[in-house]
Amino acid sequence: MPVYLARRLVQSALILLGISFVTFVLLYVLPADPVRQIAGRSATPQVVENIRRQLGLDQPFIVQYGRYLWGLLQGDFGRSYLQKTDVATLIAARLPATLQLMAGAILCELVLGLTMGILAALRRGRALDQGLMIVSFVAVSAPQFVVSLLLLYVFAVKLGWFPIGGYGTFAHLVLPAVTLGILGSGWYSRMMRSSMIDVLRQDYIRTARAKGLTRARVVLRHALPNAVLPIIAMIGIDIGVFMGGIVVVESVFGWPGIGQLAWQAIQRIDIPIIMGVTLVSACAIVLGNLLADIVAPFIDPRIRLK
Amino acid sequence: MKKLLASTALMLALALPAAAQEYTPDPNAKPGGTITITYKDDVATLDPAIGYDWQNWSMIKSLFDGLMDYVPGTTELRPGLAESYDISEDGLTYTFKLRPGVKFHNGREMVAEDVKYSLDRVTLPATQSPGAGFFGSIKGFEAMAAGSATTLEGVTVVDPATVRIELSRPDATFLHVMALNFASVVPKEAVEAAGADFGKQPVGTGAFRLAEWTLGQRLVFEKNADYWREGVPYLDGVVFEVGQEPIVALLRLQNGEVDVPGDGIPPAKFTEVMADPAQAARVVEGGQLHTGYITLNVTQPPFDNVKVRQAVNMAINKERITQIINGRAVPATQPLPPSMPGHAKDYAGYPHDVEKAKALLAEAGFADGFETELYVMNTDPNPRIAQAIQQDLSRIGIRAAIQSLAQANVIEAGGNGSAPMVWSGGMAWIADFPDPSNFWGPILGCAGAGEGGWNWSKFCDKELDALATEADSFRDPADPARLAKWSEVYVKAMEQAPWVPVFNEQRYTMKSARMGGEDALYVDPVSIPVNYDYVYVTE
Repeated sequence: MPVYLARRLVQSALILLGISFVTFVLLYVLPADPVRQIAGRSATPQVVENIRRQLGLDQPFIVQYGRYLWGLLQGDFGRSYLQKTDVATLIAARLPATLQLMAGAILCELVLGLTMGILAALRRGRALDQGLMIVSFVAVSAPQFVVSLLLLYVFAVKLGWFPIGGYGTFAHLVLPAVTLGILGSGWYSRMMRSSMIDVLRQDYIRTARAKGLTRARVVLRHALPNAVLPIIAMIGIDIGVFMGGIVVVESVFGWPGIGQLAWQAIQRIDIPIIMGVTLVSACAIVLGNLLADIVAPFIDPRIRLK
Repeated sequence: MKKLLASTALMLALALPAAAQEYTPDPNAKPGGTITITYKDDVATLDPAIGYDWQNWSMIKSLFDGLMDYVPGTTELRPGLAESYDISEDGLTYTFKLRPGVKFHNGREMVAEDVKYSLDRVTLPATQSPGAGFFGSIKGFEAMAAGSATTLEGVTVVDPATVRIELSRPDATFLHVMALNFASVVPKEAVEAAGADFGKQPVGTGAFRLAEWTLGQRLVFEKNADYWREGVPYLDGVVFEVGQEPIVALLRLQNGEVDVPGDGIPPAKFTEVMADPAQAARVVEGGQLHTGYITLNVTQPPFDNVKVRQAVNMAINKERITQIINGRAVPATQPLPPSMPGHAKDYAGYPHDVEKAKALLAEAGFADGFETELYVMNTDPNPRIAQAIQQDLSRIGIRAAIQSLAQANVIEAGGNGSAPMVWSGGMAWIADFPDPSNFWGPILGCAGAGEGGWNWSKFCDKELDALATEADSFRDPADPARLAKWSEVYVKAMEQAPWVPVFNEQRYTMKSARMGGEDALYVDPVSIPVNYDYVYVTE
């Protein structure tokens, strides 16, 4: 286990290094000049050059990248070009909101997805099964922008059950978490359905039934714990899926997380923020995957770490 | 003595109209209350030397003051932190007498040293101010920009209440420059204590002070009870909620949770809002110093041929493009918008005439048209406008491929001269101050035509540039002879057609039922979107 962990950590560090390099290259070759954005339209060429020099943007690529990495090793994510604030401070201020949203979304997708999957498996081939699978298909393919506006309009504007966007209370969390959770619930319901069908076919389920246990007891005590195992291992991987959706959902609901920060930075080509958010997101995905791999054998002893 | 009399006479001539333009506060205005404004984006910075977008522009105006200011709701200059000013006969020396007893939010009295410090700071390259270029006429600016000086030679503290500014060339717009946010007076000790975070911990002399800033969520301004202007602000506070989509902001306004949607009425909802009398009654309309234009790169064939450029001007149906934005604009005839001094009222511009355009194109040797590219920013309604332009051009045989890109990419392509045509929508269009010169220097003059400049048509006519310099050498910015000269500059530029001026946008905003104060305060040409210092709530 320690050897495995060490190897995975080194792998993760290399992946992050690779991501930082690729992102840096992409931003470097971007056909847009951040100095023009900072300098504004009334700047003289001299002012533009001064700013370029101060930011070190007149240096060759390798020097710029080297400086960035050196800063990162010291925990310095750089300073936003336009906000003139530490990127670490900006990200730290917004990370809690994103984590709350993710937690809410995971809870939502598990509850919705697992319930739909179990019901579909128990009614396999019948109308309910087909109906639920159509719902899950729609959930997976519906654009989040549309879903978020639809939920906002129906539940916040028309029914007034929830606030119209914003942040602060549990009520504010519900709609964005559900929007984000709906996508995942589609996947989870399909996986849960096939996993459950698989388990229900097993001999020990037949034995349990033969012993005269109630249907609910068979499903909840014997089938569910086994069927749910592969799905729990998926949660870590899910973080990566969330990262894409978070930009949209946070923007629509005015949720002050890092997705919104990233979107605003991209529009203004504020490179230090884009780099910072990319790396933090990449870290979350890499850690999520690592965690999923580490937890998997504990949940299902048939899986072994090598 | 003669000189003194002459300068005194000039001072009175300039200062008296300014004093006469003092604003009369609304007799119905009641103090108290807090309002909520929403924005889509977080506020970048509140440092007046750095903040340069329309969102933080009016916030900075409420937190800070400069030597000069504008009469609320208008483009008329009035003294701000300067109680009075005196301009020397040659127009090169400005002496400002400061208002006594003005205090910064930290409680310290503002003195002439602060004015000098603030002007030095904004022009120091280390500050990275996007506004540094505006101060180019102050003596010693070049040395500051080159990094060989750390203080402006032309700014002198005469005594704690007097500051003298010498210019290296006459500059009619200088008083406007002193009213720009970049010229706001800041206290040295607060700037040094906050370091690079001054933009998050601003300290000024303005009507409001920053009470809270939760990154990505909200900013709260509270009334400065010691404000030097009598009776204002009326509001106890302003809450800016950031990170809210315009469409969500409108829903919240309709629900009574928001007082002004800072990003305005979303284009997709405009017709719906105007169709509802109750909502339409709360919509405020105002002019703005804006022109939307197409640049034609005069250094690239076939746009190096003036007949081609004139043909393009005649091919564009401006009325129809105006309809695309729900009629929220008037078709433009020339670079200067109608509300800008110097706008040539008698100049009708190029008519929409497809046949004549075709004939001109044939004369230029392009009877079969040609292929080109039109760069456009990829946010609504700009791609739709670009499609209309594309259709108009196709009628005279010009096949324009649309390059719909992010703002920064369009700016880059325009600046490096690779874009044959650019639709300016969404970028580089609203005047920084209400003077005709502001539409020349960066976007039509030779200074902006270089690599990376904002003059995307790369138009550079030395004679017109010289005429522009002459116009700016007047002492009085409102001198009719000066404005006539500016009209001449723009009309002559249009003869060479480096641009297709398309429309002058009107600004529409909305307010909640409880908001009071003149409509002009909600479409203030210099405090966009709202002049927070003078509006009030009725309940």
